[in-house]
Amino acid sequence: MRIMKFVLQKEFRQIFRDKTLLKMIFIMPIVQLLVLPMAANFTVKNINLSIVDHDHSSYSQKFISKIFSSGYFKLAGDNPSFLESYVLIENDKADIILEIPEGFERNLTRENGQKLFIAVNAINGVKALVGSGYLNSIIMDYNNDIRSQLLQPTTFNLMPTIEVVSSNWFNPNLTYYIFMVPGILVMLITLVGGNMTALNIVKEKEIGTIEQINVTPLKKYQFLLGKLIPFWIIGMIIFSIGLMIARFAYGIIPIGNIGLMYAFLAVYLFTILGFGLLISTYAETQQQAQSLAFFFLMIFNLMGGLFTPIDSMPEWAQWITRLIPISYFINVMRMVVLKGSAFSDIQYHLLIVFVMGIILNGWAVINYKKTS
Amino acid sequence: MKETVIKTENLTKRFGDFVAVDAISFEVYKGEIFGFLGANGAGKTTAMRMLSGLSKPTSGKAIVAGLDVFTQPEEIKKNIGYMSQRFSLYEDLTVIENIKFFGGIYGLSDKQIKQKSEELIEQLQFQNEIKKLVHDIPLGWKQKLALSVAILHEPKVVFLDEPTGGVDPATRKQFWEMIYQTADKGITVFVTTHYLDEAEYCNRISIMVDGRIDALGTPRELKEKFSATSMDEVFYKLARGAKRSDN
Repeated sequence: MRIMKFVLQKEFRQIFRDKTLLKMIFIMPIVQLLVLPMAANFTVKNINLSIVDHDHSSYSQKFISKIFSSGYFKLAGDNPSFLESYVLIENDKADIILEIPEGFERNLTRENGQKLFIAVNAINGVKALVGSGYLNSIIMDYNNDIRSQLLQPTTFNLMPTIEVVSSNWFNPNLTYYIFMVPGILVMLITLVGGNMTALNIVKEKEIGTIEQINVTPLKKYQFLLGKLIPFWIIGMIIFSIGLMIARFAYGIIPIGNIGLMYAFLAVYLFTILGFGLLISTYAETQQQAQSLAFFFLMIFNLMGGLFTPIDSMPEWAQWITRLIPISYFINVMRMVVLKGSAFSDIQYHLLIVFVMGIILNGWAVINYKKTS
Repeated sequence: MKETVIKTENLTKRFGDFVAVDAISFEVYKGEIFGFLGANGAGKTTAMRMLSGLSKPTSGKAIVAGLDVFTQPEEIKKNIGYMSQRFSLYEDLTVIENIKFFGGIYGLSDKQIKQKSEELIEQLQFQNEIKKLVHDIPLGWKQKLALSVAILHEPKVVFLDEPTGGVDPATRKQFWEMIYQTADKGITVFVTTHYLDEAEYCNRISIMVDGRIDALGTPRELKEKFSATSMDEVFYKLARGAKRSDN
């Protein structure tokens, strides 16, 4: 116990003396948490729409103003011909072309029907899909408006329709950052926890001070605990700062128990620090450690369900996500923050992450040999 | 009767087919300055790593401070000090923080640490440097500090692995004065060097060639045996037969 006091004192001194590292640890997560959720927004807006109106009637004018009043579209050009609009698509200035044929109004009122032409630039698949979806629903809506106008005399609706009214649970306004902030916080904890521990231990290897430690009576576990405990505490602090940012910058108040989140965090940090420790046993230089950590953290972040839903990944990819600790924590954070899930809902997540922690740390300790 | 502090019998270390240390046998006595010489790659560092419990020998026997390197490496670590050519204090800690940290992990009490660090600072004339980062003090001073820290816990043996590498002659002389003071306290000094003039300062020296000890004795004995006028000559006569080289 007394020896641990000296070891921890040394580690904290070194961490707090390294001003660059300190900024990395504390400022970077704060900045990222303030910037990323605002920027990483999947709500598709500002779809550039080019309109080719051959009709110039009051109906087509009404139709066009209805489209733009939705707020999703931006006029990219009002061109007399399709070809001119197509140039806009080629130059990436327009995403969708809507062509209103001549006789739009006449055909609608007299022939009881009219076809419209939509051309979508599908290079950005998400934008194309969502954009044409919006447009379709606006057209449907417009269609209904006209129908009710034209069929005014009748007192009942001749056409039976099914209207779907959806209500969003847990995030009623579909606010994007309520969903993203808890996930990004987990990502930051993972980056700091995994990376910093690995670098810190490898630094001692690189400078050679680990040789000096190895000839002292300091035990292997004491040395490693000295490395892990400070980052465990730092992880807790970053998480707390993150919750405050979520509260005061985004107004996110977790519905579930905060204590439960901290309990999960405690176990998660144990696991992710074990990951960093394992990396450090395989790397001889800080550069190697950084590259190795980067490789895994990249996969963690892209496959952990932060940006893309795991449910829509292919089967084999879903299996990989089950091996990624971050995917469990992101899931748990969203469950607890948005749904108010209780211990019974997350106990399996907790167990799995804990078992992963045992495996990673055990593996690392076996690998970290004091005597060769 | 001289008290034996280090004793090896046919101590061997193999890495695959390569025999780094080939059945070396020697004894080192209490309070002695024992020089361990050899060209680069002769096996000095490997031998030293085995004696300090860092590396497990392949075969043979070795006792350090009355403890067996095979079965009690952790016990040995409490009884030895070690200073390597790769500078071994923490550069991002201050002088006093390094002293406290190493004192602490060797299990010294707060009172002992306080007393020892005062003595040490007095002896090294470090009064103005104690709050400086080790990074910011000159190399020669760092090495003197490293030696002082290595013997802070009063070990039975201190291993010095090329301690004077890259240091100017004046500082080297001061460093050897410190080595003598250390030996006077009864601490055995086991030192590797490739400065052959330094070999003359040792009580006894051994010269390793290709993993074996080819010569062992006082500097005077060796010079007589090889009918040489200096240690330089002794060394070249022996090294000429070496098969291993740096490349």
